[in-house]
Parts: sequence; C-alpha cells; structure tokens
Amino acid sequence: MEPFDFIEIKVPAKSDYIGVIRLSTSGIANRMGFSIEEIEDLKVAISEAVTNATTHAYERQEEGEVTVGFGLYHDRLEVMVADHGGSFDLSKVKAVIGPYESTEPIENLREGGFGLFLIEALMDKVEINNDYGVIVLMTKYLHENEVGLDDNQISTTQ
Amino acid sequence: MNLTLDVVNKGSTSIVSLEGEVDAYTAPELKETLLPLMRKNGLEVEVNLEKVSYMDSTGLGIFISALKASKEYNSKLRLVKLNDRVYRLFEITGLNKVINIDSTVRGGF
Repeated sequence: MEPFDFIEIKVPAKSDYIGVIRLSTSGIANRMGFSIEEIEDLKVAISEAVTNATTHAYERQEEGEVTVGFGLYHDRLEVMVADHGGSFDLSKVKAVIGPYESTEPIENLREGGFGLFLIEALMDKVEINNDYGVIVLMTKYLHENEVGLDDNQISTTQ
Repeated sequence: MNLTLDVVNKGSTSIVSLEGEVDAYTAPELKETLLPLMRKNGLEVEVNLEKVSYMDSTGLGIFISALKASKEYNSKLRLVKLNDRVYRLFEITGLNKVINIDSTVRGGF
C-alpha cells in the first residue's frame, strides 16, 4: 500500500468548531505545498462537509462528534468527514465507498443547498457513503509548479 | 473566527458591513440582522463584504433568503466590495446572475 501520513481530528458536532477544522485544514494543506487558492478551496469544501455533518447530528438531536481524517499522500490530500463519533480506518472506509451518483439518499443532502455542489466544484474527486452515518471522502491533487512563467495563479474572475 | 456586523442607516438605505468569517457558526447572527431589514418596505440594503475573509454555502443561503424577502417586501438587496474568493462562490453557483452584485468595486483579498 502506498505510504501516507494520517491525521485525525475529532470535534463535537457543533458549528462552533468548524473554524477549528478550517485552521487545521489550512495548516495541513500549507505543509503539503498547496497554493493559496487551493488552500481556500479546501477550506470551503471541508467546511461544507463538516457543516453537513453537524446539521445531521442536530437533526437527530444527538450530541455526537464529527471525525475528520486527513490522508497526506505525496501527490494528493484525501479528506474524510464522518458524522459519527467512531474512528475509522482509511482503507476500510475506502473499500465500501462508491461514486455519489449511484447513491439514493444523496437527494437529502442536496436539499441542504449548495454545500455538496461546492464540494464537487472545488475538489478533484468526491465520494459519499451512507452505510454508517454519512461519510464524505474528498480528494485534491497537488499540482507541482512545473513552469513559473505561465502558471495561472492570477485570478481570472475579474 | 468570528463575524462582526455594523449597520448604518442613511435615509432609505441601510448599509450592513461585515467583518470576519461567515460560516454555520456565525451565519445565524447575519440572518437575524439582515432579514428584518429586508422586510422593511422600500428599504435599500447594501451589504459590504470587503472585510469578509471567509464565506461558504451558509452565507450563500442567507443571501438567497434575503433576496426572496426583498421580492416579497419590495426592498432591495445589493452586495458590494466582494473579494475574489467570495465572488467566486457566487460565480460557481450561478448566484451572481440573480443577486445584485456590484462588481466594479471589488475588494482585495
């Protein structure tokens, strides 16, 4: 199996701690060498997943935990967000996860607004599993700065 | 990781200036400030996002509610001085086509 570092953070399923996850995300992504733009994308995508997870806990009137797992690979960052308290095994979770299109209960998530849409837009790959609570697995690849001259770091949204 | 709101009333215009982060934690405060303003008939509400360092779909949701309220109560909503990051979210979701955003004065990051 491909080598990776794994960082797991567990917070109470309350919106109070989304900012804490965001700061951790920023630190990890910076450590890996993602660009500022990419770090901002990661912050939004992961916050969206954590927001969904805290909302689920709130709807079930649970005082649960949200677990966020970061898999740091040489070429990518894999982030898992689970709305149940238990720890998870990266390879086990990946074994049961599938493409989100094929999973029926996702309709419920979509009604929540633009959260999942933004996750999809900002990450390179998104998979969702609903077997044990909701687990979102997101991947963002590291793009090496091959050429300095024509890199597109300058925003084109103007 | 907090949000500060400042409301200034000038005749038929209310300027709401935001500073900080808009996420699921801070969003309720924004909603409680913004929606009552939107329910005032004829009021023009300008939301200044120049000092918003972070926003996600929770913020988008509030602006959608505000837009709906503006149609219902005949008030007006305008977002100004969005930085590139924040504007990008409106662009990705297509909300920049339905919400009045002043893109001529775009704030820096």
